[in-house]
Amino acid sequence: MALDELKIGGMGASRRRVEDNRFIRGKGRYVDDIVLPGMLHMEILRSPVAHARIKSIDTSAAWEVPGVRLVITGDTMASRNLAWMPTLSYDTQAVMATDKVRFQGQEVAAVIADDPYIAKDACSKIVVEYEQLPPIVNPFQAQSPDAPLIRDDKETQTSNKIFDWEIGDKAATDRAFEEADVVSKLELHYPRSHPSPLETCGSIADYDRATGKLTVYMTTQAPHIIRAAVAMVAELPEQMIRIVSPDLGGGFGNKVPVYPGYVISILASILTERPVKWIEDRSGNLISTGFGRDVYLQGEMALRKDGKILGVRMHTISDHGAFYADAQPTKFKIGLMHSAFAAYDIPAAHLTSEGWYTNKAPGGVAYRCSFRVTEAMFFQERMIHAAANDLGMDQAEFRKVNLVKDDMFPYRTAFGFLTDSGQYGKCLDVALEAIGYSTFKQEQEEARKRGKLLGLGISTMTEPLGAGNSREYDIIGIKMFDSAELRVHMTGKAILRTGAKTQGQGHETTWAQIVAHELGIPADDIVVEEGDTDTAPFGMGTYASRSTPVAGAAVAMVSRKIRAKARKIAAHLLEVSEEDIEWELGRFYVRGNNERGVTIQDCALAAYSNVPDGMEPGLENNAYYDPPNLTWPFAAYLCKVEIDPQTGVWDVLNFVAVDDCGVRINPMIVEGQIMGGLTEAYAMASMQYITFDEEGNCIGSNFMDYLLPTSWETPGFELHEVVTPCPHHPIGAKGVGECATVGGPAAFVNAVMNALEHTGVRNVDMPLMPNRVYEALQTGQDVSGAPPVKGE
Amino acid sequence: MTSLYEEIPPAPAPGVPTTRVTITVNGEKRTLDIEPRLLLSHLIRQGLQLTGTHMGCDTTGCGACTVLLNGRPVKSCTVLAVQANGRDVETVEGLSSAQQLHPIQEGFKQEHGLQCGYCTPGMMMAAKALLERNPNPTEDEVRWALSGNICRCTGYQNIVKAVLWAAEKMREQEG
Ligand code: FES
Ligand code: FES
Repeated sequence: MALDELKIGGMGASRRRVEDNRFIRGKGRYVDDIVLPGMLHMEILRSPVAHARIKSIDTSAAWEVPGVRLVITGDTMASRNLAWMPTLSYDTQAVMATDKVRFQGQEVAAVIADDPYIAKDACSKIVVEYEQLPPIVNPFQAQSPDAPLIRDDKETQTSNKIFDWEIGDKAATDRAFEEADVVSKLELHYPRSHPSPLETCGSIADYDRATGKLTVYMTTQAPHIIRAAVAMVAELPEQMIRIVSPDLGGGFGNKVPVYPGYVISILASILTERPVKWIEDRSGNLISTGFGRDVYLQGEMALRKDGKILGVRMHTISDHGAFYADAQPTKFKIGLMHSAFAAYDIPAAHLTSEGWYTNKAPGGVAYRCSFRVTEAMFFQERMIHAAANDLGMDQAEFRKVNLVKDDMFPYRTAFGFLTDSGQYGKCLDVALEAIGYSTFKQEQEEARKRGKLLGLGISTMTEPLGAGNSREYDIIGIKMFDSAELRVHMTGKAILRTGAKTQGQGHETTWAQIVAHELGIPADDIVVEEGDTDTAPFGMGTYASRSTPVAGAAVAMVSRKIRAKARKIAAHLLEVSEEDIEWELGRFYVRGNNERGVTIQDCALAAYSNVPDGMEPGLENNAYYDPPNLTWPFAAYLCKVEIDPQTGVWDVLNFVAVDDCGVRINPMIVEGQIMGGLTEAYAMASMQYITFDEEGNCIGSNFMDYLLPTSWETPGFELHEVVTPCPHHPIGAKGVGECATVGGPAAFVNAVMNALEHTGVRNVDMPLMPNRVYEALQTGQDVSGAPPVKGE
Repeated sequence: MTSLYEEIPPAPAPGVPTTRVTITVNGEKRTLDIEPRLLLSHLIRQGLQLTGTHMGCDTTGCGACTVLLNGRPVKSCTVLAVQANGRDVETVEGLSSAQQLHPIQEGFKQEHGLQCGYCTPGMMMAAKALLERNPNPTEDEVRWALSGNICRCTGYQNIVKAVLWAAEKMREQEG
């Protein structure tokens, strides 16, 4: 008898999470929980100014503090050729400033001491003399002919521009605009944000001179990439580097890059021959590590009177900070910005992009998204909203006219992506029904009588999740595939390791469910391990919603390899030929005689005790999975808000999310991811942004100034599902972790804009703080979030 | 002292004052010599090696470090260890016994109230203080009681459900 899949914790089971058993007891093991014998503590001194030449650094008083073991400056790093390191976008980044500081918070010195308090004390005794230079705090200042050159360290750099880039068909797009009846335009700013996982970054470097082995425990989402980077930067042989990523307190893209603190702690351990722990404080995290967004987006849409979109033009101006350190596939300078409008059937599109250096922290990380997809989809849905209004068409109707239809897949987008599958119209219908779209106008009228403004916003989008394929996607030359290794023990229990790295996504739970689905081994009998480069197979890590699309596929594939071998063993045990063997969940049986069978556990035992002649013993294997395409989930997010015109305060009355992420491995976890993502979307729409004053001081260097929503502000969300299995994924799953963060913000903003429609306001930039909404209501003018340019 | 040997710690550097404090941590009396500036969170994590209490901001902004001080939730990153002298401190490690989870812990697991787990100990301690005060809270009361604790992963909805689940279970156990 085949097993009941839900009973063994297979696919589709809302299995309670395995990792919770340690977390709810306070027994997680995060980097800062690890204590090694003889461990020293490191503290970093950061620049208080945004742009300055370093005239001198005096560390003598710091050395005098009892308990101080080492003081490091840029000179120490430079003498080991470590003052600079490569970034993930083929630029260079200062590990520690030698010539200039280029943003507030940049690393200037470090103290290594017996305990963290002593290290902090000693840091405060270091005297740095700065000669201040004019700071550049936005790309418009950076463009000015008399702007100081931020990257004067680079011989070929003559301006502050990093790149010009374009994609799409300019000529076809120009023709579309010539044929247009109506041209709709929109300009907006997607403000700088910081992912702020609740755990900051940190590392413990442990160099053992006797063996030559370097072990680094660190907060990384991609341990194998780090191992490769350390091998390159520190010139250590790769087999002597072990990167361990223990439990992570969230990542959200913030823990993908290589940060100076990691590198400095490694050198400190080599120099002191003791383990060195570095734990970043929150303000260090906020002002120096990978931010997200900070892009100015402009665009226009060519429209036919009947509502058909003929073409789109987009231009982006992005602020990358002092070093171009975006973590993204090499080929694409502004990530996957050109995934914009992928859900719509649009014949022609053209995107131009320019990137600029400024005196701000580097980053441009994929903050809970796939490489700039958040900006792309936000612009898309704001543009769609504006275009429908310009045509005088209903928002839902306009989308229905232009969304890609079910029978058009695989669909080649105007920018060249191949979207794989979906039921876009159905998702939208489910959402419209759930939110009561048909009676909304009436509701809005009634609210007006109460003095309140109601608005309803729609956001519909598909996004590319799960890079590669490896032909097109690589990070610093490393192809974007992923891996899994499965060992089935003699008693039928198993251990699975993958090249991904969980940070709260629940891999320890869900990967076991995939194995259970493929092999019929109960999920509780499978232990999952990730994050240790000495034991895990090589993989690209977890970000950009790539775990399930890529590593998850590898888990299915390796399970199938195991099943193929087990089938041979089963034939041997049942004394029939392999062709006569049938499989049902958990067991093989002889065709035509279901009674005569052996379980997968029987085969496992035989693999170690009774293999057929000529067969290798054992039951283990690995799989490297190179996806044929990205996966393309779809989401329809609808939001209803009420604005109090007296104050500009808006409340979410109802939020409906319809997600089609293909087959769901663990519905409970999928829904958890969606709710988490929607909360980040709400955060960006309502309060969460990082600005800088004219001097380049970061406003938002702590959680009092950088607002994150709590349980009190965060609205509730109503979730629905539609399932279109991914046609090219072994178990039909698509990525999901980030859909809500990507598609969510536009639903909130479109709702508020809808409520303001009668005032003629077309755009208020995020975050929609009450003062901005109030200003729009009072003036009837757009409210821009772009910083004022000095001298204007 | 019952261990076979005890390392004599180096005398504190000249000029570093220390104070003797006695704090009851999870029911166990601990007497320690500490620098007066030592934060309670650091004493708990580094001194007592109870690493279940986390730190997410060190500036009172996130609640990851929440513990109970004489039954009231405090952010231990903003309490000096000397302020806990003569008082009771309760951390996540004190929630469950070897055999049994606290209903709040069960609730978080059942309702999927955690993802990365970093905020969880602080959330659970804040919830415990609430439920001891108010065994039958409304959803809004739960949301308000947890509003000093940030979670970046879950979106709170399931955390609120977890606390309500625990409240019900605790009422059943009482009744
Ligand atoms: S660490 Fe204490 S409130 Fe954040
Ligand atoms: S579960 Fe990650 S911060 Fe709450």
